Amino acid sequence: MLLIRCPYCGERAEVEFSNGGEAHIDRPRDPMSLTDEEWAQYLYMRDNPKGLIAERWRHAHGCNRFFNAIRDTRTDRFVVTYEIGQPRPEVTPEQAAEAAR
Amino acid sequence: MSDVSVSNSLAVSRAGFTATPLKGGRRFALQGRKDTLEGAAKAFGLSEAPGMLASAAAGDCTLLRLAPQELFIITGDAGLPEAVTTYLGTVPNSLVEVSERQIGWTLEGEKLRDTLAALSPLDMRERSFPVGMVTRTLFGKADGMVWRTGMDTFHLEVWRSFGPYMSSMMDAAALDAAW
Repeated sequence: MLLIRCPYCGERAEVEFSNGGEAHIDRPRDPMSLTDEEWAQYLYMRDNPKGLIAERWRHAHGCNRFFNAIRDTRTDRFVVTYEIGQPRPEVTPEQAAEAAR
Repeated sequence: MSDVSVSNSLAVSRAGFTATPLKGGRRFALQGRKDTLEGAAKAFGLSEAPGMLASAAAGDCTLLRLAPQELFIITGDAGLPEAVTTYLGTVPNSLVEVSERQIGWTLEGEKLRDTLAALSPLDMRERSFPVGMVTRTLFGKADGMVWRTGMDTFHLEVWRSFGPYMSSMMDAAALDAAW
């Protein structure tokens, strides 16, 4: 069973959570000033890294809050979870190596 | 909760485990910012709102902190005290009565721990789930709320449509636990 640490509830089973897509994507302040390409970039284009990715997750069957998490897409190991609104935390090489293990 | 929701067919009774449907009382879901929840707790006569996943009793009402922005309130048949509704009329919040949505049981018996372990992956031993702790979680496919009311008693609530499913899940789990 994969455990995910909700910043509010602590370690919970994966089935309680739902994925909310890539994190740290800000809506452009003035969409009318963007070109179609820039708008499409905001709407559709997402990173698809082999390795660490910052994602939004929601504790759907718990406190119902969104939070952010850094996960390794190869191993599904979570490095860190943090509250919405906080900047993406630095991941140390040791943490990254552990997540890739 | 209405009498329709407490038909005896939802009771579970196995060797070492009983689930008794709850009768009466009303339920409210209150969502708001931190200050709103603190103010509501003061209107209940408490010094502060219960912390995350904790509960607090105020008269015949119980406040359960299910989320940073949410208090689940179980009251007697009279509903919320007037001081609380008066206070909530003055601040932005979302207060919804969900009495008809909820159906609950009191769980007890010496096989309670094993039965709960078959229902949920949560560690419900005393050290990680002390008396008074409450949380929403999944029981099989049913989204429910479990609250430890005493060392040997739990209070479990799910949405009404999950009632028969939850009841048969508990029955099967209790049967497993009795083995």
